[in-house]
Amino acid sequence: MPTTHQPTLLRLATAGSVDDGKSTLVGRLLHDSKSVLADQLDAVERVSRDRGLAHADLALLTDGLRAEREQGITIDVAYRYFATADRSFILADCPGHVQYTRNTVTGASTADAVVLLVDARKGVLEQTRRHLAVAALLRVPHVVVAVNKIDLVNFDEGVYRKVAADLASVASDLGLPDLRTVPVSALEGDNVVDHSSRTDWYAGPSLLEILEDLPVADDPSHEEFRFPVQLTLRPQEAARDAAHREYRGYAGQIASGVVRVGDEVVVLPSGRRTTIAGIDTADGELAEAFAPRSVSLRLTDDIDVARGDLIAAASSAPEPTRDLVATVCWLSDVPLSRHTRVLLKHTTRTTRAIISAVDGVLDLDTVQIVPAEDLGLNDIGRLRIRTAEPIAAEPYARHRRTGAFLLIDGQSGQTLAAGMVGDPLAGEGDHADEWDI
Amino acid sequence: MTTTETVEKAEAAEQAESRLTLDYLDTLESESIHIFREVAAEFERPVLMFSGGKDSVVMLHLAAKAFWPGPVPFPLLHVDTGHNFPEVLAYRDRAVAEKGVRLEVAKVQDYIDDGRLFDRTDGTRNPLQTQPLLDAIAEHRFDAVFGGGRRDEEKARAKERIFSLRDEFGAWDPRNQRPELWNLYNGRHRPGEHVRVFPVSNWTELDIWRYIAREGIDLPELYYAHQREVFEREGMLLAVGPVSQPRATETVVTKQVRYRTVGDMSCTGAVESDAVTVEDVVVEVAATRLTERGATRADDRISEAAMEDRKKEGYF
Repeated sequence: MPTTHQPTLLRLATAGSVDDGKSTLVGRLLHDSKSVLADQLDAVERVSRDRGLAHADLALLTDGLRAEREQGITIDVAYRYFATADRSFILADCPGHVQYTRNTVTGASTADAVVLLVDARKGVLEQTRRHLAVAALLRVPHVVVAVNKIDLVNFDEGVYRKVAADLASVASDLGLPDLRTVPVSALEGDNVVDHSSRTDWYAGPSLLEILEDLPVADDPSHEEFRFPVQLTLRPQEAARDAAHREYRGYAGQIASGVVRVGDEVVVLPSGRRTTIAGIDTADGELAEAFAPRSVSLRLTDDIDVARGDLIAAASSAPEPTRDLVATVCWLSDVPLSRHTRVLLKHTTRTTRAIISAVDGVLDLDTVQIVPAEDLGLNDIGRLRIRTAEPIAAEPYARHRRTGAFLLIDGQSGQTLAAGMVGDPLAGEGDHADEWDI
Repeated sequence: MTTTETVEKAEAAEQAESRLTLDYLDTLESESIHIFREVAAEFERPVLMFSGGKDSVVMLHLAAKAFWPGPVPFPLLHVDTGHNFPEVLAYRDRAVAEKGVRLEVAKVQDYIDDGRLFDRTDGTRNPLQTQPLLDAIAEHRFDAVFGGGRRDEEKARAKERIFSLRDEFGAWDPRNQRPELWNLYNGRHRPGEHVRVFPVSNWTELDIWRYIAREGIDLPELYYAHQREVFEREGMLLAVGPVSQPRATETVVTKQVRYRTVGDMSCTGAVESDAVTVEDVVVEVAATRLTERGATRADDRISEAAMEDRKKEGYF
C-alpha cells in the first residue's frame, strides 16, 4: 500500500525571560523558513535603519502593537504561522516578563510543544524554572529549550553541556515527559533552521528539525472517548432536505479518543447508557471518528441530552461531582478573596460555583504548595470548589480537555482563573484517590 | 535486506500509519466548526459579516457545515462601501439565495447622502465602514459578529483573540484582552457590548486557498486571472471603474490580472497573474514573496499601525 503523506499541524508556545532574544528567535525562524515575505522584511529593514540599527531587527516582525514597538517589548500573545513541506505551525509568541505568567499559561494551554529560551551566559534562572513549571503544570507534551546567544560564549561546548544538564535535572524534578535542548544563536541564525559550522561538537538536529519531528499530539487510539455536547441539531421543518426533518444529532468536537458506530456510551451527568447509532458530518456518515474532529452523533435511545452534557466511553466514564480540588492560575488584577461566588465553565457547561477554601499557593521554585489565604494576579494555587450542578470533571493530568475549566466573574464577565482539576504536577494516577472526584 | 529487516521496517511503517492524526485542513475545519457552534449555543443574536470576499465565503461554507442538516441559524451582514466590484455584488446575491440565508446591508452611501459621513480626499471608503457597521450592530442588537479576519494578515490582527470583546463604542482595547485558554471561549458581555468572533483566525491565505480547492467552493470570478483595464498608482494596479479613474499622468493598460483580496475598488489592487484555475492560485500563493495586504491594500500602507488604529475605533 502506498504511504500517503499528509501534512500535520503543530501548535507551539514560546517562553523566555526578558532579553533572552525570543522575538529575535521567532523572527529568525520565520525568516529562515522563508515565511517572511519581501514587503514585511522591507518594512522591518526600513524601521531598523530609521532607528540607526546596523542589522534588521527581526523582533520587529512579531511586535505588532504601537506600544510594543515604542517600548521595544512584547506585551501580548501574538500568533504566528509558518510551514515547511510536511508541517504547518501555529506559534503563540508569549511575552517574557515575570508579571505576564498569565500569557505563558494562555499560550501553553493549547500547545503541543513549548519552545523555551535560555541565555547561555546566564544558564537556568529562577524564571526558567517557573516557565518549565508552567509547561509541566499545563501538561504540554514536549519542551524544546533553545540555549541562545551561544555566539556570546564563543560556541563553548562546556557552557552548553552545563546548561543542558541543569535543564535535564529541573525537567526530571518537574516530571516533564520530554525535554530537548539545542544550542543556537537567534541573532546569527546558528542551528535555528540550518546546522551551524561553528558548533561542530553538536551533532543533533536544528531547532526547526526538532519541531518538524515532534509527534503532533497524543495518539487518540490510546485515549478514552470524551465528547462534550455543544448543541442539539434538530432542524424539523427547516431541514435542508426532506429526508432530515426527523433528524436529531448531538453536535460537538471530540475532546479525546475514538468513537465508532455501535460503541456503548454513557451520557453525563445523568448516567444514562446508550449506543452510538451514527456519526455524521456535512460530508457524509463516518464509521469512526477521532479527536479533534467536529461531528454530530446520533444515539440509539431517545434520551434527554443537552448542551453541557458529556458523552463518554461507557467503560471509562468519570463520576460527576460537585466538589473539586483544583489547581488554578489566577489571571485577574482583583484577588480571589473578592470573588467567592463565581461562574465555572467546564467543557460546554457553565455553572455557578463557590470557592470554599484556599489550600495554598504553589511556590514555583520549590514546586511545593505553601499555605496561603488568598491568590493574586499570576499566583498558582490549590482551591476547593463547590459547583451548583454536577460536572463530569476528571484529573487534568489524564484529560487535558475535560480536566480544564475557567472561573469567570458573573458581573463583569472577566476571566478570573485558568483551572485544572486535581494536581497536574503529581502526574498520571498519583494521589488519584486523594482527589475527591 | 534480510527478511527480519524487511518485517521490522514494515511493522514500523504500519505503526506510524496506524497512529491517528487528523489532516491539518480537517483540524482547522473542525476548530472553526466548534467556534460556530459555541456562538450559536451561547449568543442570542449572532450575525456573519459577508462581503463576497474569499474569507467570508469560506466562513459561510464552514457555518453551513457546522449546522448541517439544519440551516445556518443567523443572518449575514454586508457593509456596502458603494465602491464594490459589480461581479462581487452579483456573487454575493447569488450565494445568499443558494444558502437560503437572510442578508442585511448597511450602506456607506446612505451616510454620505445625508451628510453623516464625508468622502475622504484620498477617495477610499474602507475607514468609513466603521460607523454603519456599529449602527447596524446596535439597531439589530447583534451580540456576536463573525468576521473573516485572519491572524496571518497583519500584525495587529496577530494579537486578536478568537472571541474579542467590544465595548459600546465598538472599540478594541489590545492591552486589556481576556486571556483565551484551551478551547474554552468566554463570550460573556454586558448590554450594549458585543463580541467579535473570528472562526478562521488560525488559517493562512494558503490554507484558505487549499480549502477552497479541496471543497470546490465557488468564488467571484475576479479571484482568477482575467484581462482587465488597469492603471498603476503607488506601485499598485487599480481597475478602471466609476470610483477609480486614472489621473492625467496615469496610463491605462490591459493586463492579465487577478485579485488576492476584494474590497473598496478605489484602494484594492490587482496582481499580474496567470492563475486561471484554483489549482494555479494555490501554486501562486505558495510561491508568492509579498503578503496579501502589502500587495493589494493601499490603506494598510499609511503607517505601521494603520490597522491597529482602525481596529481600536471599531473596524474589523
